[in-house]
Amino acid sequence: MPDGSFSHPQERQFNPYTENGGTILAIAGADFSVVAGDTRQSEGYSIQTRYAPKVFRLTDRAVLAVNGFAADGNMFVKKVKQRLEWYRHAHAKDMPLRAIARLIQTMLYAQRFFPYYVYNILGGIEEDGTGAVYSFDPVGSYEREACRAAGAAQALVQPFLDNQIYFKNQQAPVGSSHPVHLPLQDVLSIVIDSFTSATERHIEVGDGLEIYVIVAKGRSPQGLESIRNVQELSTNPEGDRVFVIRRELKKD
Amino acid sequence: MSIMQYNGGSVIAMVGKDCVAIASDLRLGVQSLSITSDFEKVFPVTDRLFIGLPGLATDVTTLREQFRYRVNMYTIKEEREIEPQTFAQLVSSTLYERRFGPYFIEPVIAGMQKTPAGGYAPFIAATDLIGCLNFAKDFVVAGTASEKLFGVAEGLWEPDMEAEDLFETISQTLLNAVDRDAFSGWGAVVHLITKDQVITRKLKGRMD
Amino acid sequence: MASASVYRGAGFDFSNTVRNSFLEQRGVPLPKATSTGTTIVGCLFKDGIVLGADTRATEGPIVADKNCEKIHFISDNIRCCGAGTAADTEFTTALIASNMEMHALSTGRKPRVVTAMTMLKQMLYRYQGHIGAALVLGGVDATGPQLFTIHPHGSTDKLPYVTMGSGSLAAMAVFEAGWKPDMERQEALDLVTAAISAGIFNDLGSGSNVDACVITADRTEMLRNFVKPNERVEKERRYVFRRGTTAYKSEQIRSLVVEETVTRTGEAMDTS
Repeated sequence: MPDGSFSHPQERQFNPYTENGGTILAIAGADFSVVAGDTRQSEGYSIQTRYAPKVFRLTDRAVLAVNGFAADGNMFVKKVKQRLEWYRHAHAKDMPLRAIARLIQTMLYAQRFFPYYVYNILGGIEEDGTGAVYSFDPVGSYEREACRAAGAAQALVQPFLDNQIYFKNQQAPVGSSHPVHLPLQDVLSIVIDSFTSATERHIEVGDGLEIYVIVAKGRSPQGLESIRNVQELSTNPEGDRVFVIRRELKKD
Repeated sequence: MSIMQYNGGSVIAMVGKDCVAIASDLRLGVQSLSITSDFEKVFPVTDRLFIGLPGLATDVTTLREQFRYRVNMYTIKEEREIEPQTFAQLVSSTLYERRFGPYFIEPVIAGMQKTPAGGYAPFIAATDLIGCLNFAKDFVVAGTASEKLFGVAEGLWEPDMEAEDLFETISQTLLNAVDRDAFSGWGAVVHLITKDQVITRKLKGRMD
Repeated sequence: MASASVYRGAGFDFSNTVRNSFLEQRGVPLPKATSTGTTIVGCLFKDGIVLGADTRATEGPIVADKNCEKIHFISDNIRCCGAGTAADTEFTTALIASNMEMHALSTGRKPRVVTAMTMLKQMLYRYQGHIGAALVLGGVDATGPQLFTIHPHGSTDKLPYVTMGSGSLAAMAVFEAGWKPDMERQEALDLVTAAISAGIFNDLGSGSNVDACVITADRTEMLRNFVKPNERVEKERRYVFRRGTTAYKSEQIRSLVVEETVTRTGEAMDTS
């Protein structure tokens, strides 16, 4: 119309979501848990940054990895951390892992009709001292597992983990059986090789790798201190301990 | 859903030390409904050369016959067997001829190529559905589980494996990849080619 | 029917298009081909042309080929880099290489770059952009060093330094900062390497190695995998399986060795 108005209704659209690539994975051991993620953040064919952490320490026994839409991921981690701090002030202790898992479910489902566009993997130590991994979908459906990959290269990494962690499709030698849990050194090797493999074949994976290791209270860190580029993040060496290992990945 | 996923199926080929292997699943379905567990997608071309044809099942049959015809014509005209390298070019140009109305197939080729010295060297190749050749030195994959195959193969493959080690690696790669793919699986077959024998094994895999 | 004749007419075969467009109408999307979401460049220097390319081929976000060749042969003194639909760049350059040889044979002259450029643009224009080839064409002929870009619809440019593909902006940034007239061979090669590297590291569609090609009046030097900045590091562990890990239901062995045993029977022939 001459006055600048329209004779018909006009539809405008705004898409509030994007995908920022990257991949995360977590593996539970008998008395430890490993949570890892690459550090590339991308949009389309462009790298936004080569160092954007996707794995975060929540407490001395819980680590959360978030992957998908980076803005939602960062906001979600911020809100989880806030709820954990309130819990600490109210109860004078850290929230147990299984309670954090349930908290994350309620927080995700609260946004059922405008979801956080993120896949969460929670790793850590349960109250009974066992290693645990919880994986979530964007609206809060969750499950405790021994291993899980998520993100851009999930399809590349998960079947490799099925084979190497669960020994799927492998016949054990006669008279013996496959181990239920692997030692930390083996798990770390598999994690690193999973990421170098994903970097080779997926364009959105690369730049850097952060591996968080949570070791149960009183257990030996199984030679973790001797690994290069390892840093301890836990506040109390007498309790459950959190370490982070940083590695480079290919940058093309 | 893309027409490439309509019938399902996957193929992989790998290079070892003086040997190659090519393997496929055995499923044929219509979208999520599985129809049969004995649909082979890998076919012999010559004694030491195989082609895998994952994709739309009607085109699997059509192209198999098309290649059989063209290879026979080549053999008669040239009075010799076709070499893997030559056959790869034949596959590529057959597909590119239909650039604007393609067959929905992504072929994988594996065989032993005659060397000038009189021996045999491993050869693998793959093309996309319009015939762009990919000569890899390690492994090639195609089909509905191709992403999964890429991931597992990149983790498990290593250079210069003996024939029996290559069998384990290609089998494990295929089985674990198709178990995470809804459109592939229902059994698998592996062809292990060395200079003087071809071993064909039907694998025990998940049937769900 | 095909059984009648071995001969097939030249050119594309459209016999599947009716079926395929029917499927498309029914809402089945047609699959995408391998594309080289590439960085390719060309650069003029004092006595010739340097062409450059990365070596990654992609299918969506997956790397289909880690070390493919994107610098194609046209003639001894002409090369062509290809970006876009991989099969199209491959076959278009091969066809023009063939026609250029025929042309050179019939004229008895060394082929010119403009000739290749004209053949390519006329072919691509004829197909109205459906052949998705974006090319950088370079070479040295009787008229001196020549460098062109050819777009999928058939338009061309003639410039002293050019880039194409998804990494073209990253590469052009390097050229704009570093290119100058009358560079030495080494300077130009270094600049091209830097431009391709910018694409490899900053564009997700490009990766792996740098291929380069230096063309001067008296020789053409193809520098395949000139720089390899992205070798895979050694794995943390070996993954060879214990033999017997995989269960199998049946086995069939086909021996290709013809076993021959000569058994002598009876007496030797009487040759007296």
